[in-house]
Amino acid sequence: MPTKVENWKDEVYGNEIRDHLMEFAEQGWESIPEDEQDAWFERFKWWGLYHQRSGQESYFMMRIGTPNGVIEPGQLEVIAEVADEYARGPAENPEFGDAYCDWTTRQSIQLHWIKLEDIPEIFDELESVGLGTQQACGDSWRNIVGCPVAGKDKHEHIDAWPVAEELHETFKGNDEYSNLPRKWKVAVTGCDQGCGQGDINDLAYEPATKEIDGEEQLGFNIRVGGGLSRKEPRFSRSLDVWVPPEQAADIGAGMSALFREHGDRDDRFNARIKFLVDEWGTEKMREVLQDEFMDFELPTAGENMRENYTYNAGGNEHGDHVGVHEQPDGNYYVGLDVLVGRMGVDDVYELAELADEYGSGEVRLTQRQNIIVTDVDSDRLDAFLDEPLLENYSPDPHPFMRGSIACTGTEFCSLSIVETKNRQVRYARWLKENVAVPSGVEDFHIHLSGCTASCAQPQIADISLRGMKTRKDGEPVEALDIGLGGGLGENPHFADWVEMRVAADEVPGYIENLLATFEAERADGQTFREFVAERDEEELQELAEAEETDYEDPYMHNTKMTWYPYVEDDDMQSSPAPTDGEGNSIAPADD
Amino acid sequence: MTTDVHQLDDGAWVSVNDSREVNVSDLWLLARSDFCGCEPTDFLAEGFVDVSVDHPNIEARMAGRCISCGTEGVTDWLQVGRVIDPESGEFYGIDPESVHFPDKRRRLGRPQE
Repeated sequence: MPTKVENWKDEVYGNEIRDHLMEFAEQGWESIPEDEQDAWFERFKWWGLYHQRSGQESYFMMRIGTPNGVIEPGQLEVIAEVADEYARGPAENPEFGDAYCDWTTRQSIQLHWIKLEDIPEIFDELESVGLGTQQACGDSWRNIVGCPVAGKDKHEHIDAWPVAEELHETFKGNDEYSNLPRKWKVAVTGCDQGCGQGDINDLAYEPATKEIDGEEQLGFNIRVGGGLSRKEPRFSRSLDVWVPPEQAADIGAGMSALFREHGDRDDRFNARIKFLVDEWGTEKMREVLQDEFMDFELPTAGENMRENYTYNAGGNEHGDHVGVHEQPDGNYYVGLDVLVGRMGVDDVYELAELADEYGSGEVRLTQRQNIIVTDVDSDRLDAFLDEPLLENYSPDPHPFMRGSIACTGTEFCSLSIVETKNRQVRYARWLKENVAVPSGVEDFHIHLSGCTASCAQPQIADISLRGMKTRKDGEPVEALDIGLGGGLGENPHFADWVEMRVAADEVPGYIENLLATFEAERADGQTFREFVAERDEEELQELAEAEETDYEDPYMHNTKMTWYPYVEDDDMQSSPAPTDGEGNSIAPADD
Repeated sequence: MTTDVHQLDDGAWVSVNDSREVNVSDLWLLARSDFCGCEPTDFLAEGFVDVSVDHPNIEARMAGRCISCGTEGVTDWLQVGRVIDPESGEFYGIDPESVHFPDKRRRLGRPQE
């Protein structure tokens, strides 16, 4: 039997949601009938709006999808303006202030505290410069990810940016693919370093050569069924298909139509295509794709480039895109480290100005929550690097700052078990001050995800942290499961979960002890990932103990039970939500 | 009016009559459960897998973990609240931190200690 969500989608879904959204916005929050809120919140996701958690009623997270993370000249300033004017909530975050932008692990932008009443104006502003929120969430083609420097990278074989653009244009707002059984995440990469992260996407295009009519051609091998969520992580699997760039949209249409027709609409927990790949195997999936959804003969897979994959592969070759790198045209791109991906709005304004002044005005978001300023003229590179803003968003950051990723967490998210972003900021700073970096390590990945949805991609980090609870002195406290040794590369590997339910204030001590053991016991030149890989479960558990240090964690209490974890009076009953379009509290109907 | 229940947002919520009522991330104390060997089981709810109505009780099966021994899995049906009057549809949640008995037959067969 189709799920309730499927029934709602049958009634209204896709593009048509917008008219309803605009009508509700016009009439205000209270115009959404209480018994229809669940249905509308589910539908609003398709237009990039996610209702915030308990205690924050009437406020939304807004996601802006920027394909391949490309923010074109003029767009960043508008993003800052929208955040400045509309993403100011009733309370301030102690680390980031009262207005900020989040750069996400899918090269998108998230704003919080958005009021329904402001959405028409926000859409107008965003759309005036070609930005949008369509399909940023919901059961459809999501924001397309890829190598963030596509078209500006010396390592690429195919400029994948036009391909990502074509997929974006073809499948955004396309009614044929607007109602899928579940989200549909796509990665397109033309470089030979693997930085599109195709291994953890539903559909991946990876560069490959193929001999066609006696000539070697460049195109993409197709992989399917990757994803990290719900303690069921899968790497994508080869479909044994190659396509030239001009047929990328055809295979995308075929695969997403296959998912539309054969995906599980009766059980949302089983709906992602990774489970259909599990059930069918890739051979059957290829046959069904060929027979039912394609009108040309699919070539078998070509010669891939996976042996060159260095991105997040455990070494120091290419862990991310931070730093100064020359483009093929002689200009430079400068990757800036944004700790946990969050940037205060004043800094976003300033970065927009600097990108205009020193580059083309374009910036790009990475899948490591960082931002890249592209097209910096070689003559002006040094002056750009001297800009004061780069002291906080460094192209040469400390390894613990550089490698930190965190999801949204209990600050706003219904799913999360623990506070994440502010905690990870405090972890990174403490580690930087107190823990010796093992020799040769330039980039150490620590990913903190508040729950098993895995938005911070914890399973592909050197140290994986995932939200949990434990008791300390009898009292429930926020805790983390700790995994080790995950990463991508030619042979990707999910982290092995080693220490479970470690109280959050004992995690920095654990990492300190762990890295001391690593430094003492590693073989010459051995990477952390290699060190973990050669040890069995028991040996891994003996590597280090968790312990308290002088690290202080202000978020040990049940942050989910607060209306906002950082305010003095954080009691749920003290929440001003829901509010009207002016931010004034609306008294509950039964008061 | 019948009482309508479902889970939402990847199992983050139990929704009762289209109102989000019970959220993940609470600790539930489960007595006499066969979830693990702990007594009581100190259970962290990470997701709602199934929801149903056994009038007047609203029940759910939760995916999660005992934070004492680390056992992972899905609980038996567990009462998460009540809708006493289906006409009004008003939901009365129960306190996760009180002691819960997932297996009702044993609860009825043995007096509470």
